[in-house]
Amino acid sequence: MADAQGIKATRVQSISSPIGVAALVGGGALALAGLTRRSKTGLALAAGGGVLAYAGSKAISRPAHLSASSTIQLNCSPNDAYRFWRNFENLPLFMRHLQSVSVTGDRRSRWIAAGPLGSQIRWDAEIVAERENELISWRSLPGSDIEMDGYVEFRGAPGNRGTFVSANIIYSPPAGRAGAAIAKLLGKHPEFLMRQDLRRFKALIEAGEIPTIEGQSHGPRSRVAAAARVLDPDQSIRRESRLVDVLEGKRRTA
Amino acid sequence: MKAVCWMGVGKMSVETVADPTILNPRDAIVKITSTCICGSDLHLYNGFMPTMEQGDIMGHEFMGEVVEVGSGIKPEKLKVGDRVVVPFTIACGNCFFCHEQLWSCCENSNPNYWIAEKMMGYSPSGLFGYTHMLGGYAGGQAQYARVPFADVGPLKLPNGLSDEQVVFLSDIFPTGYMGAENANIRPGDTVAIWGCGPVGQFAIRSAFMLGAERVIAIDRLEYRLRLAKEAGAETINYEQVDDLIELLKNMTGNMGPDSCIDAVGMEASGHTLPFLVDKAKQAMKLSTDRPNVLRQCIIACRKGGTVSVPGVYGGFLDKIPFGAYVNKGLTMKTGQTHMMKYMKPLLDRIEKGEIDPSFVVSHRVPIDDAPKMYQVFRDKQDQCTKVVLDPWADGAMAA
Repeated sequence: MADAQGIKATRVQSISSPIGVAALVGGGALALAGLTRRSKTGLALAAGGGVLAYAGSKAISRPAHLSASSTIQLNCSPNDAYRFWRNFENLPLFMRHLQSVSVTGDRRSRWIAAGPLGSQIRWDAEIVAERENELISWRSLPGSDIEMDGYVEFRGAPGNRGTFVSANIIYSPPAGRAGAAIAKLLGKHPEFLMRQDLRRFKALIEAGEIPTIEGQSHGPRSRVAAAARVLDPDQSIRRESRLVDVLEGKRRTA
Repeated sequence: MKAVCWMGVGKMSVETVADPTILNPRDAIVKITSTCICGSDLHLYNGFMPTMEQGDIMGHEFMGEVVEVGSGIKPEKLKVGDRVVVPFTIACGNCFFCHEQLWSCCENSNPNYWIAEKMMGYSPSGLFGYTHMLGGYAGGQAQYARVPFADVGPLKLPNGLSDEQVVFLSDIFPTGYMGAENANIRPGDTVAIWGCGPVGQFAIRSAFMLGAERVIAIDRLEYRLRLAKEAGAETINYEQVDDLIELLKNMTGNMGPDSCIDAVGMEASGHTLPFLVDKAKQAMKLSTDRPNVLRQCIIACRKGGTVSVPGVYGGFLDKIPFGAYVNKGLTMKTGQTHMMKYMKPLLDRIEKGEIDPSFVVSHRVPIDDAPKMYQVFRDKQDQCTKVVLDPWADGAMAA
């Protein structure tokens, strides 16, 4: 546990630019002053202050490291959940952005994620701490495309109602094209993506499969909706049905 | 295959679409022999439920024969050739909620759970032929359907019962029954039921099964009130009374019904001022629902009584008399039907001859006539109570 918490404490830190702080505080004060005047000048003051404060807050909230965490209940024992996760090669079954994870050594693994336009993002990871049925913590090694650390905790839910799984990742996208690819990969809402991954994990553990409607029959769709789907910047990179292929393959080999 | 598709508000059309295929190991494909139009399909037809998409296949009340099973289905659970009725809710059978018999709250059957979570906090189960917020699964007003988690939902049927006797186990019989069970009926109770559509009809009969001494059925359509009367209910045509609440008071010695069941939901009819205000707000998209029946249930119910709501509501309701609800110490129970809890026991009642659900059928037509029948059912023409579609019959109804 100490190791995992240590990662969290040391690696997550925001860049707090002094200018950003000044803009936020000053802009906020201006806006407040403007709002209390109840006149046209006051209104202008408030609007100007608001814009400044907004810009300030944007400047402050651009961290060097990003993190996401999420917790979900599973209707299984901590042992079942731990064993499934501990085999890292299972992770692409429910983490949509991962193409593959291959175990390369006792504590080492190679991770490949799908980037946009067929590109790949690769990193090597090493387990830094683990306690059976409780915790797995890993970090990326030097030379990787991305600095990506994570830990996952398993604990019995109250009332013997299964297991709480908490997943946490901390990552720092590099600058340049690789950074853009990773930003695209993780989207605007990494917490949301992580929750979706955990929901798929839950479905796999509890139902043995991930619910889907991709590939089902339907009548003629509207062209507008079809175009919107193609242009959707948040559309998944890897199709759900491919995931099912992976799953089927997994079952056949098992 | 042929399928009834939602092509926009007020537009249903029978299209030729691809046959369904197995997408997941626990899927099965059912060749449909009978399928129905449900009152809740009218909410989609009338455009009151968000997240429909043009081309979606309608229908969640269907039965038929298993023609294909996925690799994850054990033969003792389901096999090719089995005759089954399929519940409208989809459930994995192994999450906390399935284990608690709260099947319509299954955690693992709605792939679009996150849309529902945004609106409701947590997502209910996936449904056939309904909105994308509730899974967007292709429905059963078609010649074939893909049934996910087919080792949990479909109920195998004995020989000797006709389709029309068992097809309503897919939704409206269990839904009416759960509506009555949720009303906490004790022997001797008086139960008032708003809405004598198919669900209301089954709620009336179920209330008697559960020990109600009096059932008061409320509607405006005489032919539906007649069906209620045949089941032993006292009936009120609310369009012919000045004050429904006063009348219920008088009928119950100023006590009020012990339980009130809202088998109407979001598209209630009415003729009073609050109803007209609701209708205007709904038309202007200021409000999602017209909850005048729910308001009446709360006001009419006796102190300490129960309001049960099998009727479907979509969003945020205006002007619910919550003060009355609190001060009268009422209980309210609702929910999509926990189908798998009720299907087998209700099949047993049908087999024993305690009820023959086919009484509710008013129209049997080929699937090609579905678009026309949506309109007939919505506008309550031709004494329409329940429409059963035959997916394999040829030809359209004579004009």
